[in-house]
Amino acid sequence: METQVKLTKLAKCAGCGAKVGAGTLVHMLEGFKTHTDPRLIVGYDKSDDASVYVIDRDTALVQTTDFFPPIVDDPYLYGQIAAANALSDVYAMGGQPKLALNILCISEAMDGAAVQEILRGGYDKAYEAGAIITGGHTIHGAEPIYGLAVSGFVRPDKVLTNSGAQPGDALILTKPLGIGILTTAAKAGMVEKPVLDRIYAQMATLNKTARDIMVQYPAHSCTDVTGFSLLGHSYEMAQGSGVTLHIDAARVPYHSEAYELAEMGFIPAGAYRNREYAGAGVKVVGDVTRAAQDILYDPQTSGGLLIAMPQKDAEACLAEMRNAIPAAAIIGHVTEPLDAAIYLT
Amino acid sequence: MKHLDARGLSCPEPVVMIRKAMMSGERAYEIVVDNVTSKENVTRYAEHQGYTVSVCQSGSEFTLQIQK
Repeated sequence: METQVKLTKLAKCAGCGAKVGAGTLVHMLEGFKTHTDPRLIVGYDKSDDASVYVIDRDTALVQTTDFFPPIVDDPYLYGQIAAANALSDVYAMGGQPKLALNILCISEAMDGAAVQEILRGGYDKAYEAGAIITGGHTIHGAEPIYGLAVSGFVRPDKVLTNSGAQPGDALILTKPLGIGILTTAAKAGMVEKPVLDRIYAQMATLNKTARDIMVQYPAHSCTDVTGFSLLGHSYEMAQGSGVTLHIDAARVPYHSEAYELAEMGFIPAGAYRNREYAGAGVKVVGDVTRAAQDILYDPQTSGGLLIAMPQKDAEACLAEMRNAIPAAAIIGHVTEPLDAAIYLT
Repeated sequence: MKHLDARGLSCPEPVVMIRKAMMSGERAYEIVVDNVTSKENVTRYAEHQGYTVSVCQSGSEFTLQIQK
């Protein structure tokens, strides 16, 4: 459904491109008083996708929230994408989402039907995820915002953080890159509708199937690739795990249209922030073009999972993913720590 | 030489501005931008179109000399 008011015109930044830089947040929270609790096995200090609190031997609570301004003009699609993106953080921990709360800000320019369509998108994705939206909170504001606060569950011994990658692991990525570049170029009318339809459908796709297949294999580490880009999230995984990630740019799946658009400078500001944040930890050892690097630093909205697991298992896991997730690929491997967090070849 | 002012604009607007200007096919342009993203993106666009770019920074503003 297209409404009279273009939702994206009401937003200054698109999707996860609106995310505040990791460095900014860490600095702000320094020195705050917080309780310590041995049951809190993943907290803020780990810069992970969600917090994890152990309830008993079989159950841990996974909590997360994510929301952003409109990335598309269709309110139903926007609702789906925002919900899929918020639910993804639970999948990235190896968990299953169970309860969710709406977080909604509506601007005066939006009509009631548009608001209802955003919510319908959120409810449909939560339903598909097997989660229940139990309420939420709505305010008025200048810019529309939608997202969810999500609670889910995971077995405490099956929690997948972004700091568990081990030497000998292969790296799997489950969705192609280029979303930030394509949505930026779309604002300039540079992207054909079939391409837009393809990336919109991708953003609205849950990481549920990827998670469900992943947990059948001995994965060591997982994160979802969102605003900090593939290299930004890889950098956090490498730092957290005390290893070096080797990423083979030629094997990284991306939307082919994004390449020329990157060469033409349709690159969101977030990509440059990501390069500034992670660039010092990235050693380019192969012939990786500037446009290819721009794609690797491109902020993704509702991106795929980045999974580290032993090479042999990764091949079997990928073979199983291939039917449902054709773009999934092994994009590199993990070694003992070298002189850089990431080797880019 | 054509002079363009893209200060106050955010991506992708400065690229759209230089793209429109280049449709006239002149050999030299000068464009002022006020953020790193615009400087990088306009540079990429001009180079992609076969121009060479030199950048001069003054405070938080960048003046890009673009020529063929």
